Amino acid sequence: MTDQGIGASVKRKEDLRFITGKGQYVDDINRQGQSYAIFVRSPHAHANIKGIDAKAALAAPGVLAIFTGEDLAADKIGGLICGWMIHSKDGSPMKAGPHPALAQGKVRYVGDHVAVVIAETLDQAKDAAEKVAVDYDVLPAAVDPAKTQRSGQPQVHAEAPNNTVYQWHLGDKDAVDAAFAKAAHVTKLDIVNNRLVPNAMEPRAAIGEYDSGTDNLTLWTTSQNPHVARLVLSAFVGIAPEHKLRVIAPDVGGGFGSKIFIYAEETVCIWAARKINRPVKWTADRSEAFYSDAHGRDHVTTAELAVDKAGTILALRANTKANLGAYLSTFASSVPTYLYAPLLSGQYNIPAIYCEVDGVYTNTTPVDAYRGAGRPEATFVIERLVEVAARETGRDPAEFRRQNFITQFPHQTPVIMAYDTGDYAACLDKALAMADYKTFGQRKAASAAKGKLRGIGFSAYIEACGIAPSRAVGSLGAGVGLWESAEIRVNPVGTVEVLTGSHSHGQGHETTMAQIISSKLGVPIDSVSIVHGDTDKVQMGMGTYGSRSGAVGGSAIVKAAEKVIAKGKRVAAACMEVEEDQVDFEAGEFSARGTNKKMTFGEVALQAYVAHKFDPEKIEPGLKETSFYDPKNFTFPSGVHIAEVEIDMATGVTKVDRWTAVDDFGVLINPMIVEGQVHGGIAQGVGQALLEGARYDETGQLVTASFMDYGMPRAADVPSFNVAMTNTPCPSNPLGVKGCGEAGAIAAPAAMVNAITNALGHEGIAMPATPQAVWRAIQKMPRKAAE
Amino acid sequence: MSSVTLTVNGRTVTADVDPRTLLVDFLRTNLRLTGTHVGCDTSQCGACVVHVDGRAIKSCTTLALSCAGSQVTTIEGIGTAAKLHPMQEAFREHHALQCGFCTPGMIMAGIDLVNRKGAKVDEHTIREELEGNICRCTGYHNIVRAIETGAAGMAAMKQAAE
Ligand code: FES
Ligand code: FES
Repeated sequence: MTDQGIGASVKRKEDLRFITGKGQYVDDINRQGQSYAIFVRSPHAHANIKGIDAKAALAAPGVLAIFTGEDLAADKIGGLICGWMIHSKDGSPMKAGPHPALAQGKVRYVGDHVAVVIAETLDQAKDAAEKVAVDYDVLPAAVDPAKTQRSGQPQVHAEAPNNTVYQWHLGDKDAVDAAFAKAAHVTKLDIVNNRLVPNAMEPRAAIGEYDSGTDNLTLWTTSQNPHVARLVLSAFVGIAPEHKLRVIAPDVGGGFGSKIFIYAEETVCIWAARKINRPVKWTADRSEAFYSDAHGRDHVTTAELAVDKAGTILALRANTKANLGAYLSTFASSVPTYLYAPLLSGQYNIPAIYCEVDGVYTNTTPVDAYRGAGRPEATFVIERLVEVAARETGRDPAEFRRQNFITQFPHQTPVIMAYDTGDYAACLDKALAMADYKTFGQRKAASAAKGKLRGIGFSAYIEACGIAPSRAVGSLGAGVGLWESAEIRVNPVGTVEVLTGSHSHGQGHETTMAQIISSKLGVPIDSVSIVHGDTDKVQMGMGTYGSRSGAVGGSAIVKAAEKVIAKGKRVAAACMEVEEDQVDFEAGEFSARGTNKKMTFGEVALQAYVAHKFDPEKIEPGLKETSFYDPKNFTFPSGVHIAEVEIDMATGVTKVDRWTAVDDFGVLINPMIVEGQVHGGIAQGVGQALLEGARYDETGQLVTASFMDYGMPRAADVPSFNVAMTNTPCPSNPLGVKGCGEAGAIAAPAAMVNAITNALGHEGIAMPATPQAVWRAIQKMPRKAAE
Repeated sequence: MSSVTLTVNGRTVTADVDPRTLLVDFLRTNLRLTGTHVGCDTSQCGACVVHVDGRAIKSCTTLALSCAGSQVTTIEGIGTAAKLHPMQEAFREHHALQCGFCTPGMIMAGIDLVNRKGAKVDEHTIREELEGNICRCTGYHNIVRAIETGAAGMAAMKQAAE
């Protein structure tokens, strides 16, 4: 069956329903008697609510109920939580204000939830919501993360003086200071990592349903981790105990992090369903997605790199202000701390690193993990520093990188991470060859002859994936363990059902996980079905984010498969009347060594259930095994991306002319799917570099709240990508996989900006490098280069 | 309420609708044809693309009433699991979908693009023509490959029919 197993680019099993319009996303589901919810949202970034008059709205046709924060409080429904405790330098715990699902007396960002209107039809709910009169006392807003800590700024939460959630640090400050003191060269950059809106194409949605006969609740929700949603809604928000709450995440149309979090809307829908004893459905429109999906990035950083005379990196220093928005979203606190600073060593041997991060509140939408989550921000810092340091010291950027690459593994960085394996030079060499780096000068000259600028930029990234060892993340403040579960149910006819705690929202798990089973148990992938996204079916799971489903979820499947084989051997031994240690299993067949006795996987499965041929005192009937797998280490995918751009000097339009990506993801389960992940990630990274950027005006209005105003990458904005892989298998999991979901988004922004600044001949441009920004930067080019 | 009669995927349907009902809501809510999606509220993303009288339109910005008497084709009407449309087949073949949410609109837009630009449509044209269809997952690389292959498949289908 190896043509379908690990390493085969088999076509996806899930595609048939999507290409025929038979996918079942949350909004495609309709429940008998369902009602529709519309949220009344704050039009102000910061205001006290003096009163809410819902009389006219309640009298509007079709209205069933209107609820506010007071109703939630009266039912003792708790606020939303942030599940990762960060301690400041001085040892004090982070300072977080409450996060009610519906505002209680105050709104803190445009789009904050004030009330919910529930009606018989969607149009009736919309009409009635317009009739809810909210009396606001508008307050000045703190909007700019660089300024929000200053005295005199509006205070977002009384609990966090100076809008400071934490002042965290990592690394050895004294060692870094000493290294900088003796550096021959210091490169210093001011960096803004622009704020992004995730914009999965499927808007978030939820349906809450209550069964008064059983007192059970069911929530359909657009979630990357339904079990985590159930845990939070049960244990912290207090909706219902876990055994009375079922959470289903059916087909989910992309997540990119934004569907990890537990939001106000699903909380209100499931609570209100019981309240009115009717199913309650809510689907975001795109404007709501812009206002209320957790945003990503938004760092303001000063970073320095110390280099000695010979071009060896001595130390790195970074100071970052991370905008966390108006409330702490589910994992917000961890993203600019433990998912960021530990990656600042990049692929380089850097003896000393020190990073300070202030997490700050502003009157803006909450900010949390978005594809890459902290690691793109770290990569942007290190890869911009390295590129500029090479330029400033007159070195070739590729060779400067090579000179400083880590070559011995395992490698302990000064910032927590122990890299297990990799071959960074191999990726670089392959990428240089694929990108025709040697002949770049000719292409640049050809562009110049057309009056255009051409630039090339590198990004040699590393990421920590497969998140992660539970004990490690626990010691860093995580409130949950990050193992994954798998249950393999072999049916009497030998077909296999795999229940996984991972969740697929585009990653293709129904195919890749079936491939793992095919390799391990020797059954065709069509005989395998993958069950995920339903807390009533899968007992427990931690979900999909941080490129963890292959490395952690896949490994759990391997472990469970090994148990299935072990049990199968015992059954087979009894049936074939041989000793258990005489039984081998290969390619779907149990055989007794030294005899010609054989049983297929399906025959053994049947015997396990028929249970005629073994002693039930020694062997339990049935064939079903479970595993909870907790990895020993993070995984460390790495790679080199090379962007080549051509810039029109008259218009400032940047065309991405070539893209080369060479990634080391370890073992690939399905190369076709892996390449697809790389493509998508690169497009998001190019989007960040060229087009995307959430902008607030000084009053806290989001001025980029639609696809008309926010530049999403479209087909003409990106080229076809030249993608290849190298493979140093990951030693810490049984599959040897490292994870590939975030790589492109992590690598691409730095490669793009390095290419654009290479073309411009100066560093004076920030993301997004829109035509206007590039045109302005062209006007500041050193004379000679511009001519 | 106003009465409207139109043909959807070959079936004639008559319904009373609120005059403000959009075609996409009519398809999704009245007919439970949920393959046509809604990804935005500014007519930008193309998740809602269907064919009306043979031409691609955005059903999120089309009133159901304005389609009275028209032939509407949705993703559910172009092929079946047993006999896929060449464009559907090409999307699967080239891994041109990940989460699948943009996919029905992409396929409908792809078919229309080939109808207008011909079977030999090149990469540059495909990318320009996809201006109104956003995909957040695939980076478009494989969508472009799929539409090239789908175009060839459509030409072959046409030839076979002639
Ligand atoms: S839903 Fe029609 S264009 Fe976005
Ligand atoms: S496949 Fe997910 S948006 Fe296109």
